[in-house]
Amino acid sequence: METELKNKVQKGLVITIRDLYKSFGDNHVLQGINLDVFSKENVVVLGRSGTGKSVLIKIVCGLLKPDKGLVNVLGNEVDHLKDKQLRELRQKVGFSFQNSALYDSMTVRENLAFPLVRNAKHLSRQEIKKEIESVLDDVGLLQTINQMPSELSGGQRKRIGIARTLILRPQIMLYDEPTSGLDPITSIEINNLINLVRQKFNTTSIIITHDLTCAKSTGDKIAMLYDGKFIKQGTFDEVFSENDERIQNFYKYNFIK
Amino acid sequence: MNFKTSEKILITKKADLFFAGLYSAFQFIIRFFKEAFVPPYEFKEIIKQCYEVGYKSLGLITLTGFITGLVFTKQSRPSLSEFGAQSWLPSLVAIAIIRALAPLVTALICAGKVGSNIGAELGSMKVTEQIDAMEVSAVNPFKYLVVSRVLATTLMMPLLMCYTGCVAMLGAFLNVHLNELTSFISFFEAAFDKISFLDIFSSLIKSIAYGFTIGIVGCYKGFNATNGTEGVGKAANASVVLSMFLIFIEEILIVQLTNSIR
Repeated sequence: METELKNKVQKGLVITIRDLYKSFGDNHVLQGINLDVFSKENVVVLGRSGTGKSVLIKIVCGLLKPDKGLVNVLGNEVDHLKDKQLRELRQKVGFSFQNSALYDSMTVRENLAFPLVRNAKHLSRQEIKKEIESVLDDVGLLQTINQMPSELSGGQRKRIGIARTLILRPQIMLYDEPTSGLDPITSIEINNLINLVRQKFNTTSIIITHDLTCAKSTGDKIAMLYDGKFIKQGTFDEVFSENDERIQNFYKYNFIK
Repeated sequence: MNFKTSEKILITKKADLFFAGLYSAFQFIIRFFKEAFVPPYEFKEIIKQCYEVGYKSLGLITLTGFITGLVFTKQSRPSLSEFGAQSWLPSLVAIAIIRALAPLVTALICAGKVGSNIGAELGSMKVTEQIDAMEVSAVNPFKYLVVSRVLATTLMMPLLMCYTGCVAMLGAFLNVHLNELTSFISFFEAAFDKISFLDIFSSLIKSIAYGFTIGIVGCYKGFNATNGTEGVGKAANASVVLSMFLIFIEEILIVQLTNSIR
């Protein structure tokens, strides 16, 4: 398997997941997940709530430890990294949280400066200021720079959350439910932003969602998670042309909603 | 997400939970000492927390300390008067305040005000994934949140204790002056006549221990909060209750120790 993996890494494989298992007590959330994510690819993990989608990306960025299996990110086995190595890897992996997780005691500027000041110590104050303004401009929210998170709308919070991860110029972006709780128009804006981020920052992304519009508009590849396993992987059309009742039900209910 | 647990029960479920909690608290303390003395240091955050713990507690501490000194003197006078020993009042009050009341009152007030604040703040950061967000931004949340707060409470508590002692003595002086027209100088000369270095030193040690306890308990409870807003409330509450309990245990131990030295 190692040689196969090395060959794939040379072909631009960025994330490899093999036979991944994770349980919480008697709740077996992930039961043998396999996934390959190639450079600059947007992979959407689709599935119902509570199926372990978020657990999957939390394992990818080392927030949770797997029970069994291999998770290789940019050539590093996440599970075996020491704290310092994990921190170095995390500078290359951005994570956008479902509820944005902005630091609510800090302004937008301070939220963005927080990781930058601590990870890019060579930057001067002026450079940090410039960097913050440039990323905020990218997400279209430069005017909110001095606002507190509590003064922002849901969509704005999501955008600032994405900006905060982008400020470290990550190679990989992990989006946890980027459109949940947003109105359809704001959702489309976020989907466009995800595509823009890939274009401008050359990122590889895993997008966790149950929103088919988001999946269709952002994903190069869809992986359908059901009962702790991927039951189908492929393009949007390939996945949903499958005659599997579980996939068809998911499709139907999404649009009935 | 609500996950079931299926750990094997070793003794009883409650005993298991207690020992698991004790072990994890011990690990938390060990981690604090590992992280506290290794760079990078979060100086700005430490200073900010010192301001939060120290300066923002001054109002409440002033009021409580002053009233404690005043009331303690007032209540002690009749007993001493019975033996015609009113002249001992300043030294009695000084011993009581410096040896016991100042450190204890300061610690209990701070356990309520600062401990609950730390527990609730960190608890809410935990349940809203802000701590995870720090972690994935390649920032060490333990160093930023826990080390800074515990250092701030440990550093500020002795200062607050000294301040409480001074204010309580002023309260005591006011009562004595109003009743016996004793001058400021003769009151404080009499008060400090019976105070030894060990009294002050043991109080300083006590307040350092109390400060550390308040900080570490608040941070531990907040850092391990679960179950949404309910968990935040529980973390704040548990921070106060546990730190007050530990403060009394420490008080007994330190008093025993200093009495054996004395």
